[in-house]
Amino acid sequence: MTLLEVREVTKKFGALVANDKVSFTVDPGTIVGLIGPNGAGKTTLFNCISGLYAISAGRIFFDGTEITGLPSFRIARLGAVRTFQVVRPLKEMTVFDNVLVGAFLQGAGNARARATAEECIRICNLTEYADKPAGDLPIGGKKRLELARALATGPKLLMLDEVMAGLTSTEVKGAMEVIHDIRRKGITLLIVEHIMEAIMPIADKVVVLDGGIKIAEGPPDRIIDDERVISAYLGTKFSRRLQARREESKHA
Amino acid sequence: MNHRALKRKDLFWLALVVLLALMPAVSAVATNTFLMHVLILILLFSAMAQTWNIIGGYGGQTSFGHSVFFGIGAYGAGMAVVTYGLSPWPGIGIGMVAAAAVAVLISYPCFKLSGHYFAIATFAIVEIFHRMFLVWYWVGGALGLDYPVVEQGLKNFMWYDTKTGYYYGALALFVLVFGIVRFLESHRFGYYLRAVREGQETAESLGVNSQAIKLTAMALSAALAAMCGAFFGQYNLRVDPSMVMSLDMSMKFVLVTILGGAGTLAGPLLGAAVLIPLQEYTRALWGGLGGGVDLIVFGVLIIIIVIKQPAGISGMVRDIAKHIERRRAAAKGGTSIDAP
Ligand SMILES: Nc1ncnc2c1ncn2[C@@H]1O[C@H](COP(=O)(O)OP(=O)(O)OP(=O)(O)O)[C@@H](O)[C@H]1O
Ligand SMILES: [Mg+2]
Repeated sequence: MTLLEVREVTKKFGALVANDKVSFTVDPGTIVGLIGPNGAGKTTLFNCISGLYAISAGRIFFDGTEITGLPSFRIARLGAVRTFQVVRPLKEMTVFDNVLVGAFLQGAGNARARATAEECIRICNLTEYADKPAGDLPIGGKKRLELARALATGPKLLMLDEVMAGLTSTEVKGAMEVIHDIRRKGITLLIVEHIMEAIMPIADKVVVLDGGIKIAEGPPDRIIDDERVISAYLGTKFSRRLQARREESKHA
Repeated sequence: MNHRALKRKDLFWLALVVLLALMPAVSAVATNTFLMHVLILILLFSAMAQTWNIIGGYGGQTSFGHSVFFGIGAYGAGMAVVTYGLSPWPGIGIGMVAAAAVAVLISYPCFKLSGHYFAIATFAIVEIFHRMFLVWYWVGGALGLDYPVVEQGLKNFMWYDTKTGYYYGALALFVLVFGIVRFLESHRFGYYLRAVREGQETAESLGVNSQAIKLTAMALSAALAAMCGAFFGQYNLRVDPSMVMSLDMSMKFVLVTILGGAGTLAGPLLGAAVLIPLQEYTRALWGGLGGGVDLIVFGVLIIIIVIKQPAGISGMVRDIAKHIERRRAAAKGGTSIDAP
């Protein structure tokens, strides 16, 4: 039983094919990494899955139902919720109210939604900013807000688009812990990330895109040895570093 | 915002309503017809601006068409009384439903499009409805509807001896509209509405059906505006197209709210409390010049506001409150330094 199935999805912008017959599946309870060079089509794929874009061809299934062509709010209501790489705070609303909007997806009740919002704000270390307008947050805070708001919806599948980009290495460690906690709650994750040190250790499976085409899919171990992935994205030096780290951890 | 701050705010509103309810007990107020008239209009225009605030302030969709909904409500009550010899109440109900229906019909295609289609479409319906009502025999055409003398009281919503009846009617309208908005503001619908204003795609990504939210807000706003229009007709004892369905009237919905502070609960009241006395006193002074002067005054004030403080009077009040708080904090800091 898969939670998400992307079947031969194609997305064209005029002559540009941003996603070219991409297929993969996400099993419930797992973390799947989606990687690839800039412009590979990762964000476009998120936009297709979440219903922001109408796809040019292919089909998408989520939790046993076909979601191809559904409006994005329906897909979110089914439990597939995403964050935005280019952050989109609801600027004039407070950080708390931003997260509250997410929390209301779990029910209209005020008390419960407030409790959920408070918890998600705490998990994402935003408590000190809770009453500030979201537009005033520093960029790291806005990234955490994206995560808190999506998390508050109580999703089955959480799709994170570079939530760690631009964070300091301490912040990245913090974010990785948050992601671990989220997985422990039973939430499935699909994560776009350029920071390999962050995604490789936590992913159960990695899907690699290049020029809109899926060039590899498999456990992180195999991906870092894959010739095509090394030449298209990781680079020889970087791949050796990841391999060396793997050897170290084996011996330890 | 924490719950204690919310409760404190509600106490302020409660105190205000009690104070307003006691006003006519002061005989100097009750016997001053001009003052009563101004107070009634402040309450009425606060309520009107608040209905606009639902879609225009919280929802961020600028409507120039609210005089159409206002007018439909006025005609609903007016026709019930003048044409059919009934009490205005069934007419008010029908007017509210009709206004909501017109609002949804206009908005449905516009909300699907982005950009300024909504503002332009609402602008256009004022002209269309105005002209239509001018030549529509059934609704009284250009002559409009003149109320006959009927029995005083709540059943006919009509009082001749004093303005006290209308005053309490306006206060009830004020409490109803502000109460509804206060409730929405702190519940899911209100949060969703603001979320759609701040970012429609973002709101949708969180499960918000933005189209349904905007349509509901628009329908509610129009129905309540119609109720205000019915009051206006009952109060003036007449209804005609230029009086209730003009662009002038539409602009007052917009300007009062923006001047006071769009998207805030207090904004419409603050805006009306400043603009209505100004309008009525300028009218009393330059009565012969007709309706033009007050709009010029409105316009100038709006220009000043937009340049000085885009958040309106409520934004100014907030700034002043912050300033005082900072002063107080600074003063406290000062004494602690002076202390041995
Ligand atoms: N709305 C759009 N209209 C036209 N072209 C687009 C649009 N969105 C993306 N593209 C193009 O599609 C390709 C894939 O872009 P996308 O943003 O999906 O890449 P990405 O893998 O997310 O890259 P990055 O790692 O830089 O975020 C790029 O060539 C981009 O210019
Ligand atoms: Mg991207």
